[in-house]
Amino acid sequence: MSRSKEIRNKVGSIKKTQKITSAMELVAASKMRKAQERMTTTKPYSEKILNVIGHLANAHPEYKHPYLNERPIKRVGFVVVSTDRGLCGGLNTNLLKKALIEINQWQQKGVEVDLCLIGNKANHFFSANGGNVIASATHLGDAPSVTDVVGVVKVMLDNFDNGRLDALFIAENEFINTMSQKPRVLQLLPLVHAEDETAGFHWDYIYEPDAKDVVTMLLKRYIESQVYQAVVENIACEQAARMVAMKSATDNAGELIDTLNLAYNKARQAAITQEIAEIISGSEAV
Amino acid sequence: MAFTINVDIVSAEKTIYSGSAETVTVSGEIGDMGIQVGHAPLLTFLRPGQVRLKIGDDHPDEIFYVSGGILEVQPSLVTVLADVAERAKDLDEAEAQKAVAQARNVLAEKSAQMEYAKGLAELAQAMAQLKAIRALREKK
Repeated sequence: MSRSKEIRNKVGSIKKTQKITSAMELVAASKMRKAQERMTTTKPYSEKILNVIGHLANAHPEYKHPYLNERPIKRVGFVVVSTDRGLCGGLNTNLLKKALIEINQWQQKGVEVDLCLIGNKANHFFSANGGNVIASATHLGDAPSVTDVVGVVKVMLDNFDNGRLDALFIAENEFINTMSQKPRVLQLLPLVHAEDETAGFHWDYIYEPDAKDVVTMLLKRYIESQVYQAVVENIACEQAARMVAMKSATDNAGELIDTLNLAYNKARQAAITQEIAEIISGSEAV
Repeated sequence: MAFTINVDIVSAEKTIYSGSAETVTVSGEIGDMGIQVGHAPLLTFLRPGQVRLKIGDDHPDEIFYVSGGILEVQPSLVTVLADVAERAKDLDEAEAQKAVAQARNVLAEKSAQMEYAKGLAELAQAMAQLKAIRALREKK
């Protein structure tokens, strides 16, 4: 009888776990919807800036901002955007793997790499595996504000300004749909700007107070908004990945419960059969 | 209907307003200005202040507060790239220092974790040795 009791206990504990995972699934689903909305509302800002920058680059061929200039690369910066919490499938692992491959490629070329880490998981990973971390931000929550990323971006831009860094990359997760997220590495600096469609005829803005200041601020805001967008997109990815992971965990728990129930019934049946056999053989002996 | 100009007010976090207006009044870096359709292309900083949209005579004005940002004007389009919060210079600096401090923490944690990992490895080795000894004893 002890075996069937053991199984019953196990089923009880798995049922509790299943309740937790299914609750997490529902929470992640609702958070994902909100994060997705936030993702789409952040897009217009950077698109507008990109338009202006594209125009500026074409209207001022003689003046090139340092952020648009390619220069020989001795040291690059990587912004790695990861999640704060786990239980979201292979999301962070895939991203960190991708980032590590890119970083190794640079290191093989003799280029040094500085890291800027967003999110706890990247911190843990690189503190275990080594890497020169120069800026870090964690615990941004579900609805981060731009001010949360301003600090890390400023550190990287300052390093770019004073010539320590020659290029800046961002490793982030791309939200394709609920079922799939893909890690990717994009170049932030020097900026690869899009061609302006109004390039055919020449016109220019009136700048107040000064072209250079306005452009510098625009470019800084653009980089900030890119990093902010990556953070927001990463949250959508995190919730989607967690939703899927928790769904499969719930399903697995259900399967496990079914098999255990079967085993329990068999054990119960066997115990009853044995008892009957004992009674019969006992009565026969008498 | 009067001539109107398209207005987009966006911040890094969301779109605040998108529509058309007769006149847009903003407080620019050098002074307040009113913009109507056909304005020359212009790019300027905004000071913290109001953005007032005159939409029509039978329509109340729309008023937004922006805490700085950038204004882009094209003949038929006004774009306000608003900052999310007031960006004092020292605020940026403080945030940056916070980020660097946290990075130092990560590096400090590294040495602690390395020792932890080393300790774990030693522990695993000792456990394996113990297991082997026990197995040997049982054989005897």
